[in-house]
Parts: sequence; structure tokens; C-alpha cells
Amino acid sequence: MSTLATPPQAPSAGKPTKLVDMSWDPITRIVGSLGIYTKIDFDARTVAQCHSTSSIFRGYSIFMKGKDPRDAHFITSRICGICGDNHATCANYAQNMAFGVKPPPLAEWIINLGEAAEYMFDHNIYQDNLVGVDFCEQMVKETNPSVLALAERTPCPNANIHKFKTIADIMRALNPFTGEFYREALVMSRLAREMFCLMEGRHVHPSTLYPGGVGTVPTIQLFTDYLIRLMKYVEFMKKVVPLHDDLFDFFYQALPGYEKVGERRILLGCWGSFNNPDVCDYTYKNMAQWGRSMFVTPGVIVDGKLITTDLVDINLNIRILLGSSFYDDWEEGEQFVKADPLGNPIDKRHPWNQTTTPRPQKRNFDGKYSWVMSPRWLDQRTNQNLALDTGGGPLARLWTTALAGLVDMGYVKATGLSVKIYLPKTTSMPEVEFEWKIPKWSNAIERDRARTYFQAYSAAAALYFVEKALAELHAGNTKTWTEFKVPEEAIGCGFHEAVRGVLSHHVVIRKGKIANYHPYPPTPWNASPRDQYGTPGPYEDAIQNTPIFEENGPDKFKGVDIMRAVRSFDPCLPCGVHMYVGAGKTLEVRHVPMFGAQK
Amino acid sequence: MSSDAAGTTAPYGRKTQREPGVKEVHVLWITAGLGCDGDSVSITAATQPSIEDLLLGAIPGLPKVHLHNPVLAYENGDEFMKFWYEAAEGRLDPFILVVEGSIPNETIKKEGYWAALGTDKTTGQPITTCTWIDRLAPKALAIVTAGTCSAYGGIHAMEGNPTGCMGLADYLGWDWKSKAGLPIVNVPGCPVQPDNFMETLLYLLYQISGLAPMIPLDDQLRPKWLFEQTVHEGCDRAGYYEQGDFTLQYGSPKCLVKLGCWGPVVNCNVPKRGWMNGIGGCPNVGGICIGCTMPGFPDKFMPFMDEPPGAKLSTSAVAVYGRTIRALRSFTHASLNKEPKWRHKGANLNTGYKPSTYQEESSK
Repeated sequence: MSTLATPPQAPSAGKPTKLVDMSWDPITRIVGSLGIYTKIDFDARTVAQCHSTSSIFRGYSIFMKGKDPRDAHFITSRICGICGDNHATCANYAQNMAFGVKPPPLAEWIINLGEAAEYMFDHNIYQDNLVGVDFCEQMVKETNPSVLALAERTPCPNANIHKFKTIADIMRALNPFTGEFYREALVMSRLAREMFCLMEGRHVHPSTLYPGGVGTVPTIQLFTDYLIRLMKYVEFMKKVVPLHDDLFDFFYQALPGYEKVGERRILLGCWGSFNNPDVCDYTYKNMAQWGRSMFVTPGVIVDGKLITTDLVDINLNIRILLGSSFYDDWEEGEQFVKADPLGNPIDKRHPWNQTTTPRPQKRNFDGKYSWVMSPRWLDQRTNQNLALDTGGGPLARLWTTALAGLVDMGYVKATGLSVKIYLPKTTSMPEVEFEWKIPKWSNAIERDRARTYFQAYSAAAALYFVEKALAELHAGNTKTWTEFKVPEEAIGCGFHEAVRGVLSHHVVIRKGKIANYHPYPPTPWNASPRDQYGTPGPYEDAIQNTPIFEENGPDKFKGVDIMRAVRSFDPCLPCGVHMYVGAGKTLEVRHVPMFGAQK
Repeated sequence: MSSDAAGTTAPYGRKTQREPGVKEVHVLWITAGLGCDGDSVSITAATQPSIEDLLLGAIPGLPKVHLHNPVLAYENGDEFMKFWYEAAEGRLDPFILVVEGSIPNETIKKEGYWAALGTDKTTGQPITTCTWIDRLAPKALAIVTAGTCSAYGGIHAMEGNPTGCMGLADYLGWDWKSKAGLPIVNVPGCPVQPDNFMETLLYLLYQISGLAPMIPLDDQLRPKWLFEQTVHEGCDRAGYYEQGDFTLQYGSPKCLVKLGCWGPVVNCNVPKRGWMNGIGGCPNVGGICIGCTMPGFPDKFMPFMDEPPGAKLSTSAVAVYGRTIRALRSFTHASLNKEPKWRHKGANLNTGYKPSTYQEESSK
């Protein structure tokens, strides 16, 4: 058993510890099959340890070899059923670099509008139809009846805006299917997907995205149809942001110490989103410059400090480690890329040089236990391979954007300490400015809160993109696609933000075909198992630190605090994850009891 | 007012409403094939009917529906898996099994697993998806595949794949019948078109309730009414094809066949139905059809961005005819774009009417 980077915070450390095995497999209300195996110290009310492992292998990097590089975005979209379009977009970015093609500006605005709608849809359905259930009346009643009682007595500070009088009213509205806000959110998720389909054709595997641009027909009607729906979403946001602020602030107030739930060291990565066609030419040598012009700033944050915003720097230091994964090592394998186009050496453990060779075997938590590899980011200052997390996506995006202070598009402004989001007047509500401020912790509640603010960010950004797109159209620039030729030999990389965080695609083209292709979505970063140095992945250490606030003992334990910690990362696991905890002093094996009569 | 037990004096409204043959039905939805959960996500976009329409009883005549889908479930872990164990033991009855994701071949290797759901309590090893299908298929009233992966193998069954995966009918056998005598029902699409799936599920619920006859399926086990037409037959750009007007640039409203659209030979209703709420789609909104509903997907359509070999001949053939038609139509078209010449200002009336009561003698 490898040692933990961060020992669990046990208030009763020193006393003999009785650990109880608790398992939840699968974790529902996420995308993909996630299981959690924990050992819980009920005396100390804390999670002792855990491991993470995945249950599905499909082999994209293997079956893409030898295929036409133009097919990459169609194929890789199928990696993910909720953010497939993020993959298609990222693949297009990598193709554009490899093919040496720059799409017309109008195409970029159309893609940005599509991707903004994806964030609006996905965060919305995930937050209020999946995560929200962990905060709903039914769940809180079953896990923390005293918290529900307090919620009944606690008036909402923003009741005049969202119309829910008490916190318990919000919780009731979040009850699955019967709750009024749950159903409203579901309907809004459809409206946002209509906006998406206007720009990218179909959700979730787009039909109109291509290397070189889009097939979408740019008309006045297209942007009008989008804008009218967007304004309804903007009005919805004016209610949703204060509603979630009330709900999340209440948990800090009702359960002192709740900031520890899902807390980990502040190690955040964001690869940037929304290219700016005025600057972005897709060349590698200009990548640092056009990366910084993105409308969500790329960056790496270590212990609260922004240490880089340079996409070249970000690219060069990605390392794919093994240690607990069901694959053969590739140290002896082929080195596809020795140096990047700027002459910087490319490491053997970089995605450009990775060779994927699966070796299916029995699951062994003391050895190999996962289909997920361990992506890390090498901090050159300390020579440490950091297990960055994405904060579920929005936390890292807002944090890097705020600190970098580069984004200013009228509707959204980064200040260096915060991000200001301006929403204009809508049918029944006046103009509003929201301000997301850098929080004290990287924890479950702040990941969830950032998600809501990023919905508003995306809506505000979309308002700007509509203006830019219409300006192109009004000027008569209706081209949406640039012709290209597939080169015989090329390399390319794409950087984007999938809904739940960092996304990169690396391609090597030889003889006009794909010789190597490695996509790295956010979940391998967040859900990675222990690497060869024993460093646990982000879920693993975030869960290990989680104190238990649930009022139930082992017999009726639902693990809601653990669920909130895991779901705050927005797990998206078509390559599932399981978690398991190491050996304790005494071990009592119990499975979580069946709960409630079948409905 | 009372009604007698035989129901002959059933109150107004009830006379046309029969109690469903089955009072409650469970829908067990396994997402643990080799997939992406995109079909589960897709159905949350459906509105005809919506998921909440089915679950909250918004459609008359149907049994109460209990959905067990990992993406949407309230329960976690064992509380969720309870339904699967009960179904495998025949204690959750009746149920419809929905399968999402292609079925891996677990027999091509010595150990380990390609796809699994839950853990075997005795061995501590994951329970493979194939094991679940083996346990549940004999007990299911019907099995529906959601999306092309589970229907025919799809993207993960592409040439060169390491898992040997396949469609459900390849795994269970194309002649497989449920205990109620239903064949596998395939609703392909990558992902499945939201309303196509929900409408099929609705049909099966009607059938189970005794309100509809056996679901009509074609030889690929697709609902006939959804898949009997081709993309091209429902495409609003087919008019350009008829006139031999093909674009070589993305972003044009014209026919996309020369860019790689396979619409003329693909069974799918998306251009007609749109993607959701009539919005979006594929060739109708500027995206080439890559044949994602078809058993031959993806290999037989790749590389996607080249003109289909068969289209070269057919587009050349239609070009001569189409150009002629287009030229002839352009004359008619130009004429129709002009108003009749009697619509004008001035003292003259040229409409053909000869007024006898109000026009000056001199202007006649």
C-alpha cells in the first residue's frame, strides 16, 4: 500500500481506530459508472482512505490508428455522451493546427455560441437535476433531519428575487421530478440544447463541425432564434445564482466545518475556452499569444498562485503516468515526437509519445486496479508531478480567469481578484451584475457554487458572441469554412475546456493517416488512481479528507457528504471509476443497507 | 351516483378508458455497455413524450412507470443495484430492459473485464455487463436497445478495436424473443434521436397495456414507422439534388452529397423530425449524414468527408436533367416574381373589368 500524500484528518487520532467498509457501486447521477469503496472511521467521523478504479475500456487510441485524420472529430465526439461536442471541437482545434487551416471568424463565433450553449445546458442539468438531489428535501430529511428542521426556520436572504421563502422551500423544489425547480431546470436544459442544435446541429454528437470551420448556414434567423432563447436563459440565471448562493451559504451556516467536505490542496488546471478569431491562427509558435486571448484564460494554479497562462508551457509539462492502471508501459515504445515546432524537447511520457497497450487483469487494490491512467502536470520549479484537478470545470476556469485579469468583453470582466458578469434587462427583471470572488477553499461547495456562476458567465459571453457574429453577417462575411489539404506528415494539439474541465487532443499524422491520437478529458485528471510515485488522484485525496456530517450511523448510512464531495467534481465516466480504501486496524465489513421500500 | 361492478354504467370518461393490463412496470436501463451515456442524456431532451410525462402519469391508459437509470436515479450503490438483483431473481416483474453501449467480447482474454457494473460480493471482482445481460434477458418482458452501439456495435466496434464488441442481437441472437414473444427492438442513432426513443418506449408501454398490437419492426429490428424512409426522402435540401445543385463548400444551403453526405442510402428520419423540438438535424442544417443509424456504421461510411462512391454516378446522371430543369424553372420563377401588370396607379383600370356605372366616358 502506497503512503498517502495527505494523511486523513482524524480528530481522534491516537485512539485505536475501528474502520467500517462502506461501498456504493455504482454512484448514480453522473455520466458513467462510478463506484466508491471506503473505510469510514465513525468514531472520528471521517473517511479514512480510498482508491479509485474504472470499469470500462473502449480503446479509442487503438482503433483510431490508421484512420483518416479528418474523421477524428466525428470519432472522438463519441467518447462522451454529455460533452461529446467538446471533444469534437477540441479535435477540430488539433486538426486545424495539423492541417494548417484557419477558419473564417464567423465560424469561430458559431463554435463559441455552440460551446457556450453546451456549458449552459450541461451545468444546468447536472447542477439542478443530478447534484441538486443531494441537497433536496427528501435527501436532507433522510441524512440530516436537524438540518432540514433548521432549513424550515431559515428565511432565504434572496427570497425577494427567487420567491422561495425558506431554505427548505428550495430543498423541496429540488426533489426529483416532483420538485418545481427540478422540472423548470429540466425544461431550461432543453431550451439550452435547442440553442446548441442551432449552432452545432445535434446534441451531443454534432453534425456541423469540421476542420476548417462549420457547415452551419449563417442567417439572420439563426442568430435571432438563438438570441431569443438566450434571453430567456439570462432571465432564468438572475434567479438561479441567488438561489444557489442561499442554498450553499446555508450549508456553511448549518454545519460549521462543512468547508472541509471535498477539500483538497489548491491545484487547479484550466486549458482555456472560446478562441478569439482576431488572434487565434492555430499555429503552434503563436499558441502562447492566442491562448491568452481566449475568452476563458488557460492556466495552472498551485496553492492559490497562477504559475502560468502559457499554453506551450502547459503542453510541454503534461505527463501521463502509470502505476495502478491496466496497461503496459511504453518507455521502450516508439517516440513519435522528439521536439515541438519551437524546438522544445517532448518527453516520452507526453501524450504525443504515448502508446496504449491494454492488459486486462483481475482488479487488485494493492496493485493494478484501474483502466484510468494518471495524468500529471510537471511543475518545473519543484520537479513534482502534480495531480491537478479541474474543480469540476468552473472553479478552475473562473479562478484562472480571475487571477489572469485578461478577459474583458463588455459583458464579462476579469479583475485580478474576481470575475464580474453583467446581464442586461430581461422581460420581467432589471439588469444585474454578479461578481464571482476567489473563494478561500477548493472544496465541494465552492465547486458547486462556481458551476452556477459559470452558467451566468456562459450566457453573458454568448451575448457578446451573438453581437460579433451578427457584425460579420451584417458586413457580408458569410463564409464559414476554409478549404484545406491533409498533409502527409504533421502533428497537432488542441486545448479546450470540456464542461467538467481540461481537455486536450494530441495527434500525429504520418503518410496522411493517424499514427497516434491521445485525448485527455477532465475525468482522467480528476479520477486518476495512485501513480508510480504513490501520489493519489484528486478524488482519492479529496474523499480522504472528508469529514462526516451525516446523522445516520453505520446501519442507515447513506454517505451523502461523500456523494457531495465526489459529485462536486462532476464525474463524467464513460470510463468509470471505483474507489476503495486501504487496510485499517480493525475491519468490520458491512455493506450499505437497503434503504426505503421500493417505490 | 354509483356504478355497478360490471362497469356498464361507468361514469363519463371512464367508458373510453380501460384499466391498463399491467398496473406497474419497471424500466431497467443498463448504461454499462461500451458506450458514452449519450443515449441516456439524449432522452432527457425528449418532449414527445418527455421523461417526466411518462414518470408522472401524464399520458392516459398507461401503467405506472418506475425508471431505474443510473444517470437519473435517486438511489446510489446497493440501494440502486437492489432492483437489478431483484429483476435477475424474477422478483421485479414485469420489466423492460433498456441496453445502452455495445456488448464487449469478454471471452477473448484470460482475465479482467472490458465493461462491468457492480461488484460480486464473494469474489470482490466486478460483475461484467455480459453477465447482467445473461441474467436479465430471460426475465425481461421486452428489450430495447438505445442507440447504435447496443443495436449494432457502433463506433466502439470499429475495425481495429481491441474489445471485439458487438450489438445486442449479435450477442443474444437475431432470432431472440422475450418471454412475452417480443423480438429485440432496436432504436439506432448516435446518439438516439430523443423523441424516436421515447416514442418507441411509449408504444411498448401501450402494447404491454393491451392498447396496441405487436410493434412493427423491419428486418434490422427497427420500428418501421420511424426508419422506413431515407434521410434524403425527408431532407429539405433534396430539391437542390433534383436540380443538380451541389455545394463543394460547407456553410451553403445546397445539397451536401458531394461533401460526403450519405443521406440517399441511410434509414433515418432526423432531417424531417429535426433533432429536438424540430430544431437541428444533419443535412437539413448543413451537416453531412455519416450514417450513424446504420448497421454498417462507422466503417462503411469512412472516410466521412469524401463523396460516397455511389453518389459520383448518381450526381452526374442527375446533373444534366437537373441543369435543364433548373434553367426552365428559372424562367417561370422570374415571371412569378413579378406582379401582374394591372396593379398600378393612375386613372386607367386594366384588370379586365368593364365598369358601367363609375368610369368617365372618355377613359373607356
